[in-house]
Amino acid sequence: MRIPHPTLGLRDQSEFVYLGDASLLHRPDGMTEDALSLLVAYAYERVNPRGVHRELWFHEQGDRSWLVVTRNTLTHEVMAAEFAAKDGDYG
Amino acid sequence: MANRWENARGIDIKRPLRFRFDGKSYPAFQGDTLASALLANGVKLVARSFKYHRPRGVYSDGSDEPNALVTVIREGHPEPNTRATEIEIFDGLEAWPQNAWPSLRFDFLAINNHLSRFLTAGFYYKTFMWPARFWESVYEPLIRRAAGLGRLSTKPDPSVYDKGYLHADFLVVGGGIAGLGSALKLADNGQQVVLMDERPDFGGQLRSEAEPSDFAWLESLIKRVEEHPGIHCMNRTTVFGSYDHGVYAAVSRNTEHVESLPGELPKQTLWTVSVGRTVIATGALTRGIAFPNNDRPGVMTMSALEAYALYFGSLQKQSIALFVTHDDGLRVARRLIAAGHHVTAVVDSRQAVDSVADLPHFVSSVVTNTAGVTGLKRIQIRAQSGSLRWVEADFLGVSGGFNPTVQLTCHQGAKPLWDDDTFGFHASKSLPRDQVVVGAADGHCDTLNCWQSAMSMVFKETGQLVDEIIPGVSRPLNLQPLYQVDAGGPAFVDLQNDVTSKDIVLSHQEGMISVEHLKRYTTLGMATDQGKHSNVLGLSVMAGLTGQTIAETGTTLARPPYTAVSIGALAGRFRGADFKPRRLTPTHHVATRLGARFVEVGNWLRAQWFPRADDMDWQDTVNREVTTVRRAVGICDVTTLGKIDVQGSDAAEFLNFVYANGFLKLSVGKVRYGLMLREDGIAMDDGTAARFSENHFVVTTTTANAVAVYRHMEFVRQCLKPQLDVHLISTTEAWAQFAVAGPLSRDLIARVVDIDVSNQEFPFMACAEIQLKNGLRARLFRISFSGELAYEIAVPTRFGHDFFEYLLKIGEDLGVTPYGTEALGVLRIEKGHAAGAELNGQTSAGNLGLGGMVSQTKDSIGRVLANREHFADDATQLIGLRPVVPEANLVGGAHLVELGKELVAANDIGYVTSVAYSPHIGSMIALAYLQNADDLLGERIRAVSLLDGLDVEVEVVSAHFVDPKGERVRA
Repeated sequence: MRIPHPTLGLRDQSEFVYLGDASLLHRPDGMTEDALSLLVAYAYERVNPRGVHRELWFHEQGDRSWLVVTRNTLTHEVMAAEFAAKDGDYG
Repeated sequence: MANRWENARGIDIKRPLRFRFDGKSYPAFQGDTLASALLANGVKLVARSFKYHRPRGVYSDGSDEPNALVTVIREGHPEPNTRATEIEIFDGLEAWPQNAWPSLRFDFLAINNHLSRFLTAGFYYKTFMWPARFWESVYEPLIRRAAGLGRLSTKPDPSVYDKGYLHADFLVVGGGIAGLGSALKLADNGQQVVLMDERPDFGGQLRSEAEPSDFAWLESLIKRVEEHPGIHCMNRTTVFGSYDHGVYAAVSRNTEHVESLPGELPKQTLWTVSVGRTVIATGALTRGIAFPNNDRPGVMTMSALEAYALYFGSLQKQSIALFVTHDDGLRVARRLIAAGHHVTAVVDSRQAVDSVADLPHFVSSVVTNTAGVTGLKRIQIRAQSGSLRWVEADFLGVSGGFNPTVQLTCHQGAKPLWDDDTFGFHASKSLPRDQVVVGAADGHCDTLNCWQSAMSMVFKETGQLVDEIIPGVSRPLNLQPLYQVDAGGPAFVDLQNDVTSKDIVLSHQEGMISVEHLKRYTTLGMATDQGKHSNVLGLSVMAGLTGQTIAETGTTLARPPYTAVSIGALAGRFRGADFKPRRLTPTHHVATRLGARFVEVGNWLRAQWFPRADDMDWQDTVNREVTTVRRAVGICDVTTLGKIDVQGSDAAEFLNFVYANGFLKLSVGKVRYGLMLREDGIAMDDGTAARFSENHFVVTTTTANAVAVYRHMEFVRQCLKPQLDVHLISTTEAWAQFAVAGPLSRDLIARVVDIDVSNQEFPFMACAEIQLKNGLRARLFRISFSGELAYEIAVPTRFGHDFFEYLLKIGEDLGVTPYGTEALGVLRIEKGHAAGAELNGQTSAGNLGLGGMVSQTKDSIGRVLANREHFADDATQLIGLRPVVPEANLVGGAHLVELGKELVAANDIGYVTSVAYSPHIGSMIALAYLQNADDLLGERIRAVSLLDGLDVEVEVVSAHFVDPKGERVRA
């Protein structure tokens, strides 16, 4: 499998470390009233879609950027790869 | 030589060689394979079959060989299960038959052949069921000895293997006519092409099919490809796997064909090939026909027969018959006759076909049996009328059509489709995105159509019209399919696993109605040849039983590897000591000189202890090192601890979020212990954070978690807090760091640094960027893992070696000792500091006795879930244990039970995490997690390890065996 890094081009998957569902980007505030139920959901609940999935990959053997990769879990087709840090200022 | 055809292009008559097979020496020529040379020497019997031990001979001329597996011995090292059809002969080659005892001619287990009516499909499942305990002790060893192929050497493989990486616009798999045309025309249009073929030379089927008038043309085509600057040609290279996004795995055989091994050249190279597009030009294999006794040595595919007779010239003075279902048999028969062979029959199963006058052409006829004890002598032909006749034949070439080689198109899950026009499985219409199939692999059966399919592919890929006329004619097969002949006697569908058409009938009767069940019940297609010959035949027999078409019956999926790949090639150089990278500390060479013992910690090699001549044993050494630290001063290389530089105007805020405890108020010039939690509230790692300036921190991690903590901190920075102005970099390898610990450590440190290190000026938990007296920049921390007055001092890594030696030298009068990880461990257990065994992925801050550290006034990773009730319910606490009898032993992993309670899981109240012999206490001590620790403090309980046969009465004590008030570290 190869991942199209936004600045480094197509890179082999062996350079990356997989984390999981990109919903981890949206961490609830831990200081609100309902923080416990929100953080339980954040820490444990994942959808496991058959098809298009947005997921987090870390370019550990590379530029150490966290990427959001949009991948079809059925075909392994990679539709997009973008920096998790929105402005691209990742390092 | 009299036994070779003088016009054979595959061998060089001017270069004679000798080889040995089964202990006997034979002549051969440069260019021969072991198979072609054995056939030329009249050796037809080369193997015994897997299950029935029937005599077997060469069946194919390539990597699809099911029968002729041999063991090659090179420099004393045997390599079993190599295919005689692929082994290139060099002078002195030594090969042995396998799966035969005591000899190939008289094989004891050939008795299985007479028992074959009992050894049918599912035999093992049905027979060796009962009693269950017999399976391991009796049945399995028995079966393993009787079955199987060659035997592996039990010694390490002496060969070197390597790995390599290739990138190209196009990968062309297969160097036959379609592959050559594809590579040439793509490269002509500016594409970078890698061309791989498993054989030693290009040309594919044309090597043996080409007429003399075409030789010059074929050779010039190959030359143009080989000399093209845009084509990287690789022979003896098998592409064995296709993976997502244009990634392919291939293995090159570099040295197996040469007599002398040139230098360090690896035996095989495993290639990872990353490409934009892939041309599958893998050709097709001739399909056999399942007729009675079709496995006799001398029966082979017609394409193999054509190669051995006309390319290698190995079948001189032999009578030859053919059994075909299409027109190509007539072409081959005429070529054989033109070359002087005696063709006794062309058995043609087709109906309503006129027999040709110039050949012994038996139309509407089939082969119903064969004869010959250890090699073919005669075949039995049944005419449409039912009349039988025996015809002399030393060799029989069989062709029931062609199976396109589409395995590489299946590896990502695309199932091949049956094609009713060519009677074969073609590649799926939904191919992997990078792939296109050309030539015989796409169902084309003659040179002209193969070439033209390549040309039209190049036009589609590049938009460039290519036209080059080649001397070939369209040659339709006019095939009428035939897969099996039912006439009694075993008709083999899978030669390598000894599966007959009867086995398939039986399996069907027993309810195996899906292809996948059939395969597993009969083992059809599950041998090392991966069903290259057997799959379609098996399906056709099954289709006949169900009344379905082959298309409706469907097929199983081919998976990587296309051919067997040696484990050595997959491992490459990553074996033995090189299995993983080895990281050496800056003081490795000093430690080696001092005679240190080393221990692997992750990839690091760390000094474990430093024995001296008068130490009695390792325990004595460690006791001495520990005692020296407690009474004088010791130095330990702690470079392996992770170091992360954190800089930016929001650095403090960032750490305040990453750590469970607060960091906003940490003063410049101070260090703070930090506890890092996972989001689920479990302790992830601990370490220190030193603040060198308002916007600059240095964080340490445990050695084991250095990589994971850095990854986690980058996750927080990029994914959760992208708005913060903070940057991270790992500096683990930039700084050599040493713990200088013990009551005399201040005296030693004062001798090298350029600042006042008095307790007043540089108190506990102080830090500073400093200079050494010689001007070298350094970092000084007043932190302690041992519980003694201690410092950690860091210098740039390249000075680590000299600095360590220097400290040992100028500290001699203080009694300084280097100490290793073992003493480090004893010191921290005596002090009650948690390490990897305590931070085991199951423990919360509360378990560690650090619950109070988790700040409830700020948001931080893990705070909320650390407060869950779950952790309160299972409130084990880190405590200390010491045996009531000082001589008693303690072991890690022992479980804790109250005195007088039964040893059952329900009474388990905790477990031991770390143990050490404490010279300070004078007995073994332990750290452990214990329930109701407050109530049990001072009480006696049992530590039990059934694995170690240990049951010891212990006293529950504070985890701080040494200096519980922390006075020494502040001294």
